[in-house]
Amino acid sequence: MAELRANSPCAGALPLVIGSVMAREEDLGVITALLPYRGRETALSEALKAAHGMAFPAPNRATGKVGARAIWAGRDQALLLGPVPDPALCEHAALSDQSDGWAAVRLEGAGAEAVLARLVPVDLRAQVFKRGHTVRSQVQHMAGSITRVGERAFLILVFRSMAATLVHDLKTAMEAVAARG
Amino acid sequence: MRITCPLCGARDRREFYYRGAALALERPAPDAGEQAWDDYLFLRENPAGETRDLWYHANGCGAWLVVRRDTRSHAVLEVRLAGEGAQ
Repeated sequence: MAELRANSPCAGALPLVIGSVMAREEDLGVITALLPYRGRETALSEALKAAHGMAFPAPNRATGKVGARAIWAGRDQALLLGPVPDPALCEHAALSDQSDGWAAVRLEGAGAEAVLARLVPVDLRAQVFKRGHTVRSQVQHMAGSITRVGERAFLILVFRSMAATLVHDLKTAMEAVAARG
Repeated sequence: MRITCPLCGARDRREFYYRGAALALERPAPDAGEQAWDDYLFLRENPAGETRDLWYHANGCGAWLVVRRDTRSHAVLEVRLAGEGAQ
């Protein structure tokens, strides 16, 4: 009987270390989209605090910390990363399991900002884009989500089907940044 | 060209998809008559001046926006969320 094993989206393609920048795949655990029902935003945020210890994030913000994070993911939606969602959340929001839907990459290092500057048309420099800030924008030509998770570390999410493209685009940008010395 | 999304802030035009005149928000009643429906479906203004268009923040927050802009100067005058009843 054949044994089937799940592959992660970037299996075999990461990690990459080029110059001062490292890209590695993140295992975020369960990924759940939270879409609050109309008028239930506050109630959802309270339920989220009680169950998982973080508020529903405002636009362009992420809440929580490593292992249990909520990042704003668009108009009236956020992604809960890590915990299995408490059933109490269902009272206030539509939930959808997207664990297998996203490729997650951590980009870290002194040149990480310079790498992203080549790919994302938003200012992600530390003075304006701080820890806990997030954007929905483009990574090269893909729709993606970029969150600052550390002083020199970013979490990048794109749709899983785009994992190879993401690695390719990151690699090209990392090589170009490294070549400038 | 940059459009200031009410949720995301000022973003490059490449993140947005252009839908056209913001008429979908003024859909005629089913019994409004042929004239009104013909006008709604086929007849468009082409002003040299202020327009009111629908844009979709496709590679951003996914919101539909009503953008007022001036076709002569390319100035963006106002951006609002279509979902909040922008008129």
